Amino acid sequence: MSEHALGARDTLAPSTPVRARLPRPDLSRLRRFASPLVLVLLWQAASMAGLISPRTLAAPSTILVTAWELLVTGELPRHLLVSLGRVASGLAIGVTTGIALALVAGLSRLGEEVVDAPMQMLRTLPFLALVPLFILWFGIGETPKIALVALGSAFPVYLTLFAGIRGVDPKLAEAGRVFGLDRMGLIRHVVLPGALPSGLVGLRYALGSAWLSLVIAEQINATAGIGFLINDARDFLRTDVIVVGLLVYALLGLGADALVRAFERRALAWRPNLIKG
Amino acid sequence: MTDNRAVSVRGLTRRFGSNTVLHGLDLDLQPGSFTALLGRSGSGKTTLLRTLAGLDPVPEDAEIRLPEAVAAVFQEPRLLPWKRVWNNVALGLSGREVKPRAERALSEVGLARHRDAWPATLSGGEAQRVALARALVREPRLLLLDEPFAALDALTRIRMHALVLDLWRAHGPTTLIVTHDVDEAVLLADRVLVLDAGRIAADIPVEIPRPRSHGDARFVALRRRLLAELGVEAEVIREAA
Repeated sequence: MSEHALGARDTLAPSTPVRARLPRPDLSRLRRFASPLVLVLLWQAASMAGLISPRTLAAPSTILVTAWELLVTGELPRHLLVSLGRVASGLAIGVTTGIALALVAGLSRLGEEVVDAPMQMLRTLPFLALVPLFILWFGIGETPKIALVALGSAFPVYLTLFAGIRGVDPKLAEAGRVFGLDRMGLIRHVVLPGALPSGLVGLRYALGSAWLSLVIAEQINATAGIGFLINDARDFLRTDVIVVGLLVYALLGLGADALVRAFERRALAWRPNLIKG
Repeated sequence: MTDNRAVSVRGLTRRFGSNTVLHGLDLDLQPGSFTALLGRSGSGKTTLLRTLAGLDPVPEDAEIRLPEAVAAVFQEPRLLPWKRVWNNVALGLSGREVKPRAERALSEVGLARHRDAWPATLSGGEAQRVALARALVREPRLLLLDEPFAALDALTRIRMHALVLDLWRAHGPTTLIVTHDVDEAVLLADRVLVLDAGRIAADIPVEIPRPRSHGDARFVALRRRLLAELGVEAEVIREAA
């Protein structure tokens, strides 16, 4: 086990001089990475000195090895796929519903009266508190898990997109009317592009909310998925596996956020703060 | 058009609550004329322009005749920030050759090289020139300008005045500019209307040959007369006394 850890540190060492040669901004970036690295090293030292029992928290080296083992045995990918599947289905349903409701409420007075009031009431409910009801309604299979992710992601999308649609500068809509845009043209050229920045913020919230829902949902009698991996590990006091599961959750969240931000950079290239370069 | 009027307004009254903004207003504009509409704030000039632009509803008892092609330039450029400059110019256009038409309009206002820029990268004057190009590309028979230069700095405004006159001469739309700037009205227009309490209080032809200069005696005299119509001079005199 410790061989692996040493190996990892050896590969880090030769790369350091290469980075040091880079200009100043990268030096400060290096420093930003330095303090977490020191913390991890301290953690490793404390574990090796026996100050932290593996039953409390496994050593970073153990965690690395476990992660590698879970990866090569195919166990981690299998659970990851299940979790990703749940998030993807939940998000697809939730985001679609959120967008549809926001369009109905945002684009018509009647729609607002019918849709917005119940949505504003429901959003004050902490949706995770619905878990007991969801278990009664949907049982303990995949449905309540996907439903929880869908619910968690629908609200942020609805709220931000609705606000975005209503926040579009009426002067731009007026200009559009003077230049011959009909209602459909106004929606397509003025309202929707104007609401997109706020809608994308909502999408990022929705992703965060989706992961959170997934974590909770996978505590409900799951037989597969990262949450199952973590729960199962708890029964066997495998803190290393638990930490691997947590890291995977974190990486998934980061990855999803980076994806939306990359999309933002493309779709919102017109925004003044993004124009540079 | 059978008679010699590009625009005809009869009996236009607009009320907002108990406040009567336009009071049975009548207005005729000759084809290809350049008219300035002066008035203090709250005199109803913007309401009149918005009605002509089709942004405010026409009251049932009023009679308004307008050409088909109407275009407007507002005080702010009102460009869609998510569309590149040429797409803004081409907004709402259909048919073939939309892009070449937009590009031609942009070269007319001297912005051909900015056609692919984002509006947020333009200066105030440039953005307003794009707004002019967007109005012109529709080949309007009636061009409405709502204080289009009020937000620009003095030097840019001088250049914009020259540009608007050039474009008006080249395309010949009936032009109505709403402004609170007496100098601008005298500099640009053939005819100056003063709006007061929802009615046209003065209708004065401008018979100074172009190019006009602020130093011209006729310019100075007309300027003084218009200021008096707007009630400025009386106040200034009272203050001085």
